Amino acid sequence: MKHLLSISDLSREDAILILDTAAELARISDGPMKKLPTLRGRTIVNLFAEDSTRTRISFEAAAKRLSADVINFSAKGSSLSKGESLKDTALTLQAMGADAVVIRHPASGAPFRLADNQWMSGAVINAGDGTHEHPSQALLDAFTIRKHLGKGANDLAGLRIAIVGDILHSRVARSNVLLLAKLGAHVTLVAPPTLLPFGVESWPVTVSYDFDSVIPQIDAIMMLRIQQERMQEIFFPSAREYSRYYGLNRDRMKALNPNAIILHPGPMNRGLEITAEAADSARSVIVEQVSNGVSVRMAILYLLLGGAPIEGGIN
Amino acid sequence: MKTVLPAPDISRAIVRIAHEILERYDGADTITLLGIPTRGAHLATRIAAAINAIEGGEVAVGTLDTTMHRDDLRTRSPKALLPTLIPAAGVEGRHVVLVDDVLYSGRTIRAALDALGQIGRPTSVSLAVLVDRGHRELPIKADFVGKNIPTSRSEIIKVNLVEVDGVDGVTIAEGGVK
Repeated sequence: MKHLLSISDLSREDAILILDTAAELARISDGPMKKLPTLRGRTIVNLFAEDSTRTRISFEAAAKRLSADVINFSAKGSSLSKGESLKDTALTLQAMGADAVVIRHPASGAPFRLADNQWMSGAVINAGDGTHEHPSQALLDAFTIRKHLGKGANDLAGLRIAIVGDILHSRVARSNVLLLAKLGAHVTLVAPPTLLPFGVESWPVTVSYDFDSVIPQIDAIMMLRIQQERMQEIFFPSAREYSRYYGLNRDRMKALNPNAIILHPGPMNRGLEITAEAADSARSVIVEQVSNGVSVRMAILYLLLGGAPIEGGIN
Repeated sequence: MKTVLPAPDISRAIVRIAHEILERYDGADTITLLGIPTRGAHLATRIAAAINAIEGGEVAVGTLDTTMHRDDLRTRSPKALLPTLIPAAGVEGRHVVLVDDVLYSGRTIRAALDALGQIGRPTSVSLAVLVDRGHRELPIKADFVGKNIPTSRSEIIKVNLVEVDGVDGVTIAEGGVK
């Protein structure tokens, strides 16, 4: 592995290696000294051309716990907002000696351009590109599900997982579908037809428009945020109607099977796709997802940067 | 390839090391054995069993992975981490005995000392190894040694344990520079 660009080019073995490594790192993070010397002297740049709380902080915490130097820069307050091209930004980072770039970008495929064009020699980690993929989020979701429901197995064989809501705009959904299927889970997508992407019938999933019929049969439920900022058209008649048909509320909580867990990648629209009662319930692992995120991202950084430099790119 | 330590000798060495550890620390109560995976961890379990057989108690035993603290990380592809399992009593105020199969350059033990420092501050740390083959590159020495086996750097020492390799025995073979 030189880069982490998408789940689709990650093998099942690599995915399991990342999850296993994260499990060991999580154990170290529970100890009194959280910092490891492993990436001392390496520079990691967080290039965030789109807003983010969790992902950026999580990557920053992960890099710092491995003793790497971290440079953060976001679109606001940098020359990206003056219209500097991705290429010139990449050349700047290369000149500064970045060993890895964690990139979030509104354009689908931006991390691939960064990695493929020989603009820089370091590793590229996709932290969410447009409506395409968000691989580290999928890995932390799989890690969380495995920890709660894996019963000692190293994959998710036989687990039934529902992903509910705005699938169309969700890079989290796309990465999760690919990863969960790779790890042997059965995935059901639940959404109104207007929020399902074109070509969903070719995905390794079952599709349902009826949330209530799916609820009793699942082990884990992943609620997605309604992404109003990406919606230029009207996808459902009203927020109230969406909530009634596709929101996770008290009645649907009651219908869940007793061991089922609730995930949400955040940020939540409380009251729209998920009620406060569901988000704060004992079944919810939403806050734990954040701490697992740090361990999973430490694993990614260690596996990409911890060893000998991999040939490729410019030197 | 020639066997330098057959199975019965390994068993005897483990029992002797168990006695030596008990003698040094005056009983098993304050001892924590930490094996370095993979084979060091199995040896630690065996030494613990030998101590328990002598003392009739339950000596604390765990494992300590050194991967994240190695100084040769940048020269090879990143390795999967191995389990670190610290007994519930922790390491604070304990006499920690690190256990490994072969002592060679000493670099693994240096990494283990760093990894241990991450977890806490033991009262003392000592080192038990099944084989000491010489060629130290750091000022480190073992406190409890199963067998000293003088080697040349080109020879390859291989410790086989039933738990991993299906058979007990230490072999020595001519090989390339390791």
